Amino acid sequence: MDFVDYYKILGIDKSATSKEIKAAYRKMARKVHPDLNPNDKDAKRNFQQINEANEVLSDPEKRKKYDQYGKDWQHADEFEKQKQYQGQSAGSRGSRYSGEPSGGDFSDFFESMFGGSGGGRGRQAKYRGEDFNAELHLNLIEAYETHQQTLTVNGKKIRITIPAGIENGQIIKIPGHGGPGVNGGPNGDLYIEFSIANHPVFKRLGNNLYATVDLDIYKAVLGGELTVDTLDGQVKLKVKPETQNGSKVKLKGKGFPVYKKEGQFGDLLLTFNIKVPTNLTEKQKELFTELSKS
Amino acid sequence: MQREYLIAVEEFCACHDIEISFVNSLQQTGLIETTTIEGGWYIDAGQLQQLEKYIRFYYELDINLEGIESITHLLQRVNAMQEEITALKNRLRLYESDISNK
Repeated sequence: MDFVDYYKILGIDKSATSKEIKAAYRKMARKVHPDLNPNDKDAKRNFQQINEANEVLSDPEKRKKYDQYGKDWQHADEFEKQKQYQGQSAGSRGSRYSGEPSGGDFSDFFESMFGGSGGGRGRQAKYRGEDFNAELHLNLIEAYETHQQTLTVNGKKIRITIPAGIENGQIIKIPGHGGPGVNGGPNGDLYIEFSIANHPVFKRLGNNLYATVDLDIYKAVLGGELTVDTLDGQVKLKVKPETQNGSKVKLKGKGFPVYKKEGQFGDLLLTFNIKVPTNLTEKQKELFTELSKS
Repeated sequence: MQREYLIAVEEFCACHDIEISFVNSLQQTGLIETTTIEGGWYIDAGQLQQLEKYIRFYYELDINLEGIESITHLLQRVNAMQEEITALKNRLRLYESDISNK
């Protein structure tokens, strides 16, 4: 357990007055508050740090103890056995964030020195529980079909249904599966961000899929039938005579399912990659030469 | 609007230990919508999360109503940009995987 320098966290001097501490806390809180930094994964941790620093430094008794023992905080309990630091906050309003009164998730250092979470405001207000964030990795095939998955979030197993067509980077909310509320407040929510890995054959853009199919030169010139893979199985495709390299064909409804719209699918766009034959026999070379003269 | 999804403003304020006038001010600036039914003043449950965020801005961060309005507007823009970035990243993946295959 490391020593935590609360003065450094708030960016103030050891001789700071209570007014200066309050001002520094407000300034830092406005900067790092999770509500103001919705996409910053470190925001909550940073906010808890400054909240903890404020909890200690804005309370004269806690500050005195902190200043007195500082880095020797591990011996503080021997001297302070008789003292109980509960409910003695110096009127600091503390944080409402994450549904907990101030001191919700304080560091081990704080817990060890001050024996539990910070002093409250002496109120029994209800607080909504903390929102949880999780990331779920899927492959393209998994995202293609509606399926169920069991997740373990903070030790609890949650079974969720993932609708077909979910997008990479999409976030879904599972209400009530966040942290528990305080004093009878509602539970927080669970936000799951999906990360969908690239597929070696099919590329996805929105609801459309893109793929490249190899086509031999003879079929490209003369036309014919070709069997191609889709995520829905194999389909037979008619190839027009004189098909050019890089030309595209659209298979309607063979793309990706549209999110939460059952029965609706995007398209599959295939690009032909014409393969020129190699290792030609003498006879074949003669025929190509003849062709080139015609 | 179904009554079961409405929460009495008075009850909400008592729970959160805040002034009713604060909710009134938010409503007047258009940051939240409230409903009056048979003399009772209610807020839709769907707005609770947003309202709680405004409470944190006001009481925790000492941000006044004008500040809350500005922040809300900017956060909406940040979210819209974030969505655009995600869409662009997905689009970029299409080409990145093409390049890596070559």
